[in-house]
Amino acid sequence: MSNSTSDPKSNPTRSPIRTVGSLTALAFAMFGFGYLLVPLYDKFCEITGIGGRTGDAVSEEALTAAPDLSRKVTVHFDATVNSALPWRFEPTERMMDVHPGKLYETTYVAFNQSDRAVVGQAVPSVSPGRASLFFNKTECFCFTEQILGPGESRDMPVRFIVDPNLPQGTSLVTLSYIIYKNDEATAVLAAAN
Amino acid sequence: MSNTTTAHHDDHHGEHPTGLARWVFSTNHKEIGTLYLVFSLAMFLVGGAMALVIRAELFAPGLQLVNPEFFNQMTTMHALVMIFGAVMPAFVGLANWMVPMMIGAPDMALPRMNNWSFWILPFAFTMLLATLFMPSGAPAAGWTLYPPLSLQGGNSLAFVILAIHLMGISSIMGAINIIATILNMRAPGMTLLRMPLFVWTWLITAFLLIAVMPVLAGAVTMLLTDRFFGTSFFNAAGGGDPVLYQHIFWFFGHPEVYILILPAFGIVSEIIPTFSRKPLFGYTSMVYATASIAFLSFIVWAHHMFTVGMPLGAMLFFMYATMVIAVPTGVKIFNWIATMWRGSMTFETPMLFALGFVVLFTIGGLSGVMLAIVPANFQYHDTYFVVAHFHYVLVTGAVFAIMAAVYYWLPKWTGHMYDEKLGKIHFWWSTIWVNVLFFPQHYLGLAGMPRRIPDYAVQFTEFNMISSIGGFMYGFGQLLFVYIIWKCVRGGEKATAQVWEGARGLEWTVPSPAPLHTFDTPPLVEDNVAVHRDRLT
Repeated sequence: MSNSTSDPKSNPTRSPIRTVGSLTALAFAMFGFGYLLVPLYDKFCEITGIGGRTGDAVSEEALTAAPDLSRKVTVHFDATVNSALPWRFEPTERMMDVHPGKLYETTYVAFNQSDRAVVGQAVPSVSPGRASLFFNKTECFCFTEQILGPGESRDMPVRFIVDPNLPQGTSLVTLSYIIYKNDEATAVLAAAN
Repeated sequence: MSNTTTAHHDDHHGEHPTGLARWVFSTNHKEIGTLYLVFSLAMFLVGGAMALVIRAELFAPGLQLVNPEFFNQMTTMHALVMIFGAVMPAFVGLANWMVPMMIGAPDMALPRMNNWSFWILPFAFTMLLATLFMPSGAPAAGWTLYPPLSLQGGNSLAFVILAIHLMGISSIMGAINIIATILNMRAPGMTLLRMPLFVWTWLITAFLLIAVMPVLAGAVTMLLTDRFFGTSFFNAAGGGDPVLYQHIFWFFGHPEVYILILPAFGIVSEIIPTFSRKPLFGYTSMVYATASIAFLSFIVWAHHMFTVGMPLGAMLFFMYATMVIAVPTGVKIFNWIATMWRGSMTFETPMLFALGFVVLFTIGGLSGVMLAIVPANFQYHDTYFVVAHFHYVLVTGAVFAIMAAVYYWLPKWTGHMYDEKLGKIHFWWSTIWVNVLFFPQHYLGLAGMPRRIPDYAVQFTEFNMISSIGGFMYGFGQLLFVYIIWKCVRGGEKATAQVWEGARGLEWTVPSPAPLHTFDTPPLVEDNVAVHRDRLT
């Protein structure tokens, strides 16, 4: 490629080895770039909140903002169970009015309807996307795997604070969980019993 | 074509093998070009048969002929076969035949790799088509293979992915070969800005291929490991994100649609000056317009996925970036029209197809601008409006340009003129029925008919019937194209070296049919051989 601009009159048939070498390297680099898009996308979503990602646990001490009692935000709780998981899973409260900056707690209830122990893993998301960066969870069952024995039922707590910097005009925030079966952990559990 | 080319080959190449071995071991750019073109024609008929299954089922509402699973396999396979089996190999075949002759080179830079690039393809497509006969059936989640749906099918997915890998390797090797040929093997005096536009568009297309085919390979490899090896790139339960696949896929996919159209721009830019008997208007701006389209193709991918949800700023960026592409494309269309302005035009079949291309591709381009508008896109997304749009740019765009190219260069390849009367009948038949086929689909889409569905609400019946009739007439009309080519290979009026009165360029200085070996000693290229009169050095 580097010799593309030189005068072709001087040397009409040059060896293509260098051109081929650099183009092959480009092809391999672009294959790598495809994989690089995976961490880039993760980082991009984390920074911008695209995809409703809510981030990891936040310690309560780190949240020092004073509660904004003049503002009220409605939080809507939503739950979905993946069809592979034989559980019932729902929030105890559908709606909650909260003040930004104040710590609240609610629970979800999970019930294993099958006759064997199953491991589930919940994945949270927050909608609208612009709110997801301002929804902090200090405790959530989604951070760990949940094991339920046959017929077992459990209350699973979520503690959260809505950041007072939540954009004005956002008055409804939906916290949604999809709970999936963790096949590997379930298999390990079955093998251990 | 085979008989005519061997008759002229040079004495010192007399050891050339014959029969099947000639084609299997060939390293000659003209023979490999022929292989690519014949393969492409075969795949065009296979993909077309699949399209007719789709149109037959959609002739009336309800489920009549095929079950929904098979219908979905047909839509998926039709796209894969047409994109990777018909259009791309046709362009590579044309590049093989014409690029060395247009730049005064004796052959491609890497003849053995050239042989390998082609012979991978029949294996890839055997594997892809074999999935139709497997217990789990062919892929049925659409050619884009979006997860999670594409991961919920059977094990035949592994064959599809390996076939896509092979097609990608073939394309990348072909592209490397074309760039190496153009950059290293031009005849003395053939400066970059004296190159014919077909060579320029292929140079840029080849860079696009090398940049994005590996990204597709990466995306389908992630699908493969997600499906069979327990990774979670796109599996939400394991912390992955299916939307990520769409981003990676369309980072490949949008440059891919320009891979399918840029060589067509090059072909039309060769044909219109010839039959207008004028040099191409605005040659340099054509080169820069092609390069800008190629650059823009990397920053517009998310317009394929506005409805997955993204911030307003991102939607605005992708909307405006997409609309900007209309500017260099408009430059091209303006230049083609300006080339014809006050030219001594004649309307032989290649020119008719090129003019059909300019008019009908522009319709597809305009519906593309409509689709770029975010609020309108929400309404049109995944409807027949999208189907109509991309068939106008791919069938009346890319396929019409390929047919124009075949008629244009067929006398050079075979040494015979094709049957002009039949060629004109083929053009008018195709142009009328292809519009009957695709134009009503705009209305179906605007009225809300979704794509990739075997059944539909009864109010869509009339337009679907019209579209299906158009599809069958257009489809069977292409058998005439096969007959015209066959007849031309067998015989016909002898073609002169220049073939067309207004033709310029090095490929028209060699005899017709082009001997197996051309430009063993490089020609000296002067301004009078160059195909344009724009800013020559």
